[in-house]
Amino acid sequence: MKIAVLMKDVPDLVEELEVEDGALPLDDMSFVPSEWDDQALEEALLMKEEADVEVTAVAIDTGDVDNMLFTALAKGADRAVKLVGDFSRTLPNRLRARLFAQYCQAQAIDVVLTGVQAIDDLDGQIAGLVAGLTGRAHASVVRDVHIEGSQVTCVQEYSGGKMAEMQLAVPAVLGIQAARKPPRYVTIAKVRQIQKSATLEEVEAEAGTAPLVTVRRIYKPEAAGHAEMWGDDVDAVAESIVRLLEDKKLLRS
Amino acid sequence: MGQVLIVAECQDGRLSDATQELIGRGRELAQATGGTVTLAAFGEGARDALRDADADVAVVVNGDGVQQYNPEVYEEALAAMVEDRQPALVLLSNTTMGMDLGASLAARQARPMVAYCTALWRDDDALLATSQIYGGKLAADVEVPDGAVVTVIPGSWPAAGSSGSPRIEEMPSPAAAHTRVLKVMEAESGGDVDITRADILVSVGRGLQDPDNLELADQLAEALGGVVSCSRPVVDAGWLPRSRQVGKSGKTVKPKLYFALGISGAPEHLQGMKDAELIVAVNSDENAPIFEVAHYGATVDILDLMPALTERLEGRAG
Ligand SMILES: Cc1cc2nc3c(=O)[nH]c(=O)nc-3n(C[C@H](O)[C@H](O)[C@H](O)COP(=O)(O)OP(=O)(O)OC[C@H]3O[C@@H](n4cnc5c(N)ncnc54)[C@H](O)[C@@H]3O)c2cc1C
Repeated sequence: MKIAVLMKDVPDLVEELEVEDGALPLDDMSFVPSEWDDQALEEALLMKEEADVEVTAVAIDTGDVDNMLFTALAKGADRAVKLVGDFSRTLPNRLRARLFAQYCQAQAIDVVLTGVQAIDDLDGQIAGLVAGLTGRAHASVVRDVHIEGSQVTCVQEYSGGKMAEMQLAVPAVLGIQAARKPPRYVTIAKVRQIQKSATLEEVEAEAGTAPLVTVRRIYKPEAAGHAEMWGDDVDAVAESIVRLLEDKKLLRS
Repeated sequence: MGQVLIVAECQDGRLSDATQELIGRGRELAQATGGTVTLAAFGEGARDALRDADADVAVVVNGDGVQQYNPEVYEEALAAMVEDRQPALVLLSNTTMGMDLGASLAARQARPMVAYCTALWRDDDALLATSQIYGGKLAADVEVPDGAVVTVIPGSWPAAGSSGSPRIEEMPSPAAAHTRVLKVMEAESGGDVDITRADILVSVGRGLQDPDNLELADQLAEALGGVVSCSRPVVDAGWLPRSRQVGKSGKTVKPKLYFALGISGAPEHLQGMKDAELIVAVNSDENAPIFEVAHYGATVDILDLMPALTERLEGRAG
């Protein structure tokens, strides 16, 4: 059975986000794999440990995605595919989804896993978009994916801790909320080593057109409120907290 | 604007708050331009739930396929409704159902989409939406084209009161060919401790860095007479049981005091704790969104603060 993990990289939230003229200067920012795509990759690798599946990590060449793909190989993916063409960092999700959908159809992928969301997908989440474009069975906000014959089972999370066990016929698309185990870690040395011995498969692709939306501006939201800040001296902060709790009568007498 | 189609969700026999929010806004938008509001609802119970909703028409999908949520059945029904009615705007809540169906419906019907919407307004002739992105750190104002599918973050604006009597239309539920729901499991209640009943929560996030540091949180909770809760990644990493998780897919809590330690304040976390009476946030990143809902905050390392505060509290108790 063929599993594809659709991956993208997103700006690293650890770094300060500076907005310039209503837009993000994406070319100057550092990128990390979207955390939910990382969870999807981990789930696929765990599925590989319990069934006869081939795991392919797929990313669109919108910048430097090689490291993300080599890391997927180092973690245990069987193949890594880069969809190449004239794509920029600002490629909207609707076009990304078209590229992924074309690839999954052409390669007759059985189970598509991808992150339930990404921090920048303002025009729709990849899982649903790819499912809609390919007409495949799908479920999002899921975890615990297992292959059973020509079906996949998974748990879909509702709000507040309620959930459902479900079964989908392949081909299927799943938006992964979390892997069964925390994503595995590989050393930079191991990624370098793979980089020398393995190659990324390049597939030419064309995005075509899709219904897009126009972003007028991006900005830091005006906070409805803000905490009164106590500064950065540990002892002073601890003292302030104790005083606050005394004030509010929240201390045990 | 022509028709606003709102995908309704029911909870305990009534429309969910999130759905009432969509109805309120949908009605305002429709009214301004002489449009109408149509609700799409599922299951036998829905008919009672939406009887007095502020909508013109309610389409109730009924039959074996909708006894519980099944993405395939719901999507087939919605696709047929959209095809048939050609709404000018489709609104869903950004719940599991909205995350499941919004994007696929948009892609299937070749309609534009805006996700994570927190505001929806008219500016001259254009409909605009604010979309919350980058974990709540940024917002984007987006033009919403005619026919778009928009998913709205619950709690973005006030809920509508019930003040209508929609004409009810029935629609037989489509059959599920590929997707089966095997078992629905209710939320585990309680777990080892019930965080929804605690007055004081010491809540830890990914800033904890290592499960060994949980001891520091335990000691602080002990000194405060509180309980340790957490954000989702702490549960996903297996450091604490799911019963301790606060947020959209965890518990909603309203303690007297909520310590958010090493928690960034992603929208999904805020959803579960923003109504706490008193919120104190500690995060090394001064731009963390958690500071926008917290009453008091500090930018110190939680691994230094937790033991320092515990010591002070213990010293005070003598
Ligand atoms: C459908 C869905 C449902 C979800 N449901 C939930 C839910 O119920 N609950 C939930 O919490 N999340 C939920 N999430 C996940 C949510 O989107 C965020 O990923 C999550 O809340 C982030 O957790 P965090 O704040 O602990 O981690 P991060 O966002 O990684 O934040 C860690 C913070 O710690 C700070 N930090 C790091 N080290 C230190 C230190 N030494 N001292 C002080 N500060 C430090 C950092 O500055 C950072 O702000 C859900 C997501 C989806 C898609």
